[in-house]
Amino acid sequence: MPLDLQLLNTCAALLLLVSFAMLSQRRIVTLVNLLALQGALLCVATLLLAWRTGKGHLYVSAVLTLSLKVVLLPWLLHRLIRRLEVYWDTEPLLNVPGTMLVGLVTVVFAFGLAQPISELASTATRNAIGIAVAVILLAFITMITRRKAMSQVVGFLSMENGLFFGAMSATYGMPMIVELGVALDVLVAMLVLGVFFFQIREQFDSLDLHHLESLKEDQ
Amino acid sequence: MSGLAWLTQLLEVLAALALAPLFLGWVNQCRAWLQNRSAPSLLLPYRGIRKLFHKDAVIAEQASPLFRAAPYVVFGAMVAAAAIIPSMGTGLPFTTAADAIALVGLLAVARVFMSLAAMDIGTAFGTLGARREMMVGFLAEPALLMVIFVASLISATTALPLIAERLATQAPAIYPSLAFTAVAFTMVLLAENARIPVDNPATHLELTMIHEAMLLEYSARHLALMEWAAALKLFNYACIGFALFVPWGASTGGSGPAALLLSLPVLALKLFVAGLWLALLETVSAKLRVFRAPEFLATAFMLAVLGLLVHLLLGA
Repeated sequence: MPLDLQLLNTCAALLLLVSFAMLSQRRIVTLVNLLALQGALLCVATLLLAWRTGKGHLYVSAVLTLSLKVVLLPWLLHRLIRRLEVYWDTEPLLNVPGTMLVGLVTVVFAFGLAQPISELASTATRNAIGIAVAVILLAFITMITRRKAMSQVVGFLSMENGLFFGAMSATYGMPMIVELGVALDVLVAMLVLGVFFFQIREQFDSLDLHHLESLKEDQ
Repeated sequence: MSGLAWLTQLLEVLAALALAPLFLGWVNQCRAWLQNRSAPSLLLPYRGIRKLFHKDAVIAEQASPLFRAAPYVVFGAMVAAAAIIPSMGTGLPFTTAADAIALVGLLAVARVFMSLAAMDIGTAFGTLGARREMMVGFLAEPALLMVIFVASLISATTALPLIAERLATQAPAIYPSLAFTAVAFTMVLLAENARIPVDNPATHLELTMIHEAMLLEYSARHLALMEWAAALKLFNYACIGFALFVPWGASTGGSGPAALLLSLPVLALKLFVAGLWLALLETVSAKLRVFRAPEFLATAFMLAVLGLLVHLLLGA
């Protein structure tokens, strides 16, 4: 196996590891740092793939990943954490070893799910599609097992990372216009959700989302 | 089987017996330096064992024969394990007799006898230590097996010397799966050898102890054997780690006596670095509450299984 493909596989494996770390992390500040790390790994993987395939637009998307997912979004999230003063997540709905076991089963499921897609794809990185699906599903679990709005948003952003990685390994990246659109969407979503956080806290004095489950005030 | 292979086998067991207390002493010395204490002598474990062999044994009145036999069984299991692990050479005559799964079984036999002996007298501390040891053991064992399975999948064999030989001789490549399992193995090593995040080897008579609690009723030659067996266990685990993750430098059997001679300094160098690394890990981590230990070992298991899955998917 050539060296650049080995490095790409290592990046893919580390992405999966970071997803697991996010799943088991209780502190929101560390969760945001892990998200930045995931973005950095994604950026390195994109650069390696761009160098391997010689496709110019992948360099652009690597720069986009670096500026948006490693610098801007984590910075915004850290600022929100400071303003809202939410440093700790509550205990997740499931205990940590339990969550990890569910995560492992999910990874097996994702690998099975990606098998037919991998066989159809013709890229050198097609084996990593399974990892991308696993990252997406693990981000889902991260969102499901948390109560606080902040950690759910981090899970959402991690899911977007997984989708991006999946597109990259299946088809060497989406068309530039789609990537730009998605990047803008994520940024806008982040800003809107930032406003929502303040509104939710103003209304309920907490970022715990189970307050939103009851529809009427008298319930 | 050639004479050289048997010589390697003999030398390996002797080296394990002789070097195990030295390795323990080295780890303790490094730990003392890192914690800004004045370090104990490197030879302290030898002196402790010699002193204990010269004393008269005191055994509780209600002790059953199992209590007397356990130290010999535990020590014997550790020596047998040392014979299977390729610390100096990979062309071992015992390779065909026992593979890595049998090795895990041998370690389990030692653990079971130690726990039974601890419960035999019926003191509260012994029972408590035995129960905790079994809790740590039943979580650490699957993780250790998973670690071995990843290396077995890569090298297509479960015999530890063959795994080491194939990993050492194949073309260099990056294996993320092996990196994950290396971390998992380190965590299992710390837990199984009663090192700091799970147990503190330097504590006596505290409610948090695991390994020491099981040895409280032993004295003299029985205690000496138990402590020597504990040192051997640490040495064995270090050598399993070398065989799986840094297999270079061991004699492959076909290369004559010069390689065998060279393998001893290589082993010493590996132990030197491993001791430093172990002491550093123990210094930077804090002891976990006993009820957090399952979480620690679940992480080790998760990492090992993740390594397995990544290997199956990416072939790396």
